[in-house]
Order: sequence, then structure tokens, then C-alpha cells
Amino acid sequence: MATATKSLKSIHHPLASAEEQLSIIDERLKLPAFDKLFKQTGEAELRATGIEIFQINVGKLCNQVCKHCHVDAGPDRREIMTRETFELCLEALAKTNIPKVDITGGAPEMNPHFRWFVGEVKKLNRHVMVRSNLTILLANGFTDLPEFFAEHGIEVISSLPHYTPSVTDKQRGEDVFSRSIEAIKRLNALGYGKEESGLIFNLVYNPVGAFLPPNQSSLEKDYKRELSKHHGVVFNRLYTITNMPISRFLDYLLVSGNYEAYMTKLVSLFNPAAAKGVMCRNTISIGWDGYLYDCDFNQMLDLKVGYGAPIHIKDFDVEKLNTRRIVTRQHCYGCTAGAGSSCGGTTA
Amino acid sequence: METYYNPADLAKFAQVGEGNKELMDKFFAWYGAVFAEGALSEREKALIALAVAHAVQCPYCIDAYTQESLSKGATLEQMTEAVHVSAAIKGGAALVHGVQMKNVYQKLSM
Repeated sequence: MATATKSLKSIHHPLASAEEQLSIIDERLKLPAFDKLFKQTGEAELRATGIEIFQINVGKLCNQVCKHCHVDAGPDRREIMTRETFELCLEALAKTNIPKVDITGGAPEMNPHFRWFVGEVKKLNRHVMVRSNLTILLANGFTDLPEFFAEHGIEVISSLPHYTPSVTDKQRGEDVFSRSIEAIKRLNALGYGKEESGLIFNLVYNPVGAFLPPNQSSLEKDYKRELSKHHGVVFNRLYTITNMPISRFLDYLLVSGNYEAYMTKLVSLFNPAAAKGVMCRNTISIGWDGYLYDCDFNQMLDLKVGYGAPIHIKDFDVEKLNTRRIVTRQHCYGCTAGAGSSCGGTTA
Repeated sequence: METYYNPADLAKFAQVGEGNKELMDKFFAWYGAVFAEGALSEREKALIALAVAHAVQCPYCIDAYTQESLSKGATLEQMTEAVHVSAAIKGGAALVHGVQMKNVYQKLSM
């Protein structure tokens, strides 16, 4: 899995098109329809159960070009949320009691309105989570972010695909591991990842290749032991996430000849218990342009919320969205295989 | 039959039970229990299986337990060491039989 240097969009790759991705996911293999297998949960269809997480993807701009990135983010992407759209998000949020705001990207910190927006959300007294890639915390103009995070009591969630440098760098780029460790040390120095501080710092593992994640609690013990022993850093929880067969990871699966085996494995490991706990049930995902999606993956496939639910933040109606039917396609098997997968780790 | 080993055949393992379902069911139940987390972790068991797969030179098992080791969080370095353990035991097993060679040699030599 070589490191990417440019986004699929910038090189005019066919898989930069959501339509092209969907045609592959839905048509290339004869697999049972996700909706059909979902019935094994005992429920007729997948529906939201009430929004608890207001997840905002503030843009595709990023300082890294990770090989598996489902957003196809990178320094060459320019799609980021405007101040006007952020204000619409605040207006929508203020009318609800949704307790958690999950900010992602790209590197969300690179959006010029990021700090202002976090401050405004905190005024609404909501818990804020930021998905930080860590290396951005060492970049010029961003080195004071750890203090900013701590002052606002922000929960920081960061990808570190493995506790060994070579595996992490293979997926996320040269020297990303060592720079990530440096950033973690800065967070730890403020109390992040230390139980007594109340400042939460969680890590995310995802497989570097065409296989599924290991047992989450077992791997968390390994991460804690190895990162403490070799690098003297700590964190709170490890979330294991399955790679979704879309965007750059889909490209990798196709080029490496692993697509059929990977999809077949996802379907064969469909777990009704994991399916019942998928994150789209308690999440609304907002895109950089204000459109609404059931999850960040659907967002990248341009699958807006459906079945009559309002599709843009300017029309946000929590009552209609709370029990909306979820838009599903074959990539949804990525969240329901084995122990399940979500932005908060396993679901079963 | 163009080749004795076809990767697609691995998925047909359960079909071996068509001649005697009861025995195969017992085998799979026992097999599942063997690989469950116990005094050894699932990853340690996958790495042992990978080493044994190399010792018995079973292509199906090497395929399956390379995947399984990765899925249990093993690294390439750990899997390579497991293969070396296998090779060391195989090589050592051959070499230690040199004792028998020596015994026979000493008996026959003046």
C-alpha cells in the first residue's frame, strides 16, 4: 500500500466520481442486497433512532494524503465550509438538544472558521469532538491548537493505524508516525489521555490493507503497552474502524485484485448485532456545502438523506430527521461485518 | 483438474462434511473452541497456526492464517518470526536426527 501524493480528483481519476464508485459497489459483484440482509436484525428497514451526534465535515482540505482516505482529502482540495454555512449549522444546533458535535474533514483545523465555530458551539454548551490528524498540530500557524483544544475541553480523536512506525507511514505518509508521536506528547503534556485530567484523547486504528480490524479491547492493550514502552505516550480509548470500500481504498482494492475477496468477506461476516448499532442511527452528517447525509461515507458517495427528509442544513428539522429511514447501498456492509464499525469503534 | 491447489477451494472446506456431517460439525465446533481467546490470545494462536501451516506446507492454511494473523493485529515482523520458528524446528528436527546417524556410525565403526 504505497503512499498517495495527490487526490483522485486532481489526477482526474474515474473513482473521483461518486457515480462511478456506486456503479462498482452496486453492480460489479452479485452480492445480496444490504437491505435484504438487514432484515436479519428483526427490523424491516434501517431507521434512525434519534440524533445524538451532529457530525460536520468542514471540508476536504488536508495536509496529508492518506492512501485509504474515504474523503479523497489533500492539500489540493479546496472544498471547505463557508462562514455562512457554519452559521446555518449553529442556528440548526441551537434549536435542538443534540449533545455532541463531531467535527471532521480533511484536517478540520485548516478551515479558517474552525476556531470561531468551536467557540460558538461551546457557548451552546455542547460536547465537541475534533478528528485531528495530529501532524497538523506541528504545522506553522497551528502549533497552539493543543492549548486551544484544552481550553475548550475538546475531545480529540486521531488516527494512528499502528503502533509501529513502518505500518503507519505506509498508509499515512513518510514520517507521519514520528510527527504523530511528537503531537501526542504535546497533547499529553496538557493532560490529554490522562484519566485524572478529564481531557479525552482517543486513537483510531484501521487496517493497512484488505483485511478486517482485530478485537478492539485486545488491540487497545497492545497499543497502550507499546506506545507507553517505546514512546512514553498515553491515550484513553482505541477505536477500531473497518476500511470502507469507497474512494481511495476502493481504488486500492481494485488495483491490488482484492476487491471481490474483501466484499465477499464483508458480506459473509454480516453481523445482525453490529447492524443494529450502526452509527447512522444516531448521527446526522453535514457536508461542507450544507447538504445532509446519513453518514460521512454516504456524504462522499453523494447519497443525501432520503425518503422525504430535509436535505439541506437551512431546512434542518430534527423531528423529521430523528426517525428518518437511512439510505443504504452495498458499502454499508463495511459497518456491519464482524464486531461492526463506526466513528466510535465497534458497534456489536 | 489443472492444479491440485486452487485458492477458491478453500471456501469449499465445509463441503468435505457432505460424506459425514456429524463428524464435520464436531470438528468445526472443536476447531472454533481451539482458536477462541483463552490462556493464549487469538493473535498468538493465529501466529502458532501460521507457523504450523508452514511446517506442514499447507497452501490453504498459509493463505488463511496470513489473513487471520493480519486480522488479529499481527505485524509482518511477527509473522516472519513465526515462519522462522517453523523453519528452525523443521531444520532442527532434521539436524537432531544426526544423533541417530552418529549412533549407527559409532556402532559400525572400529
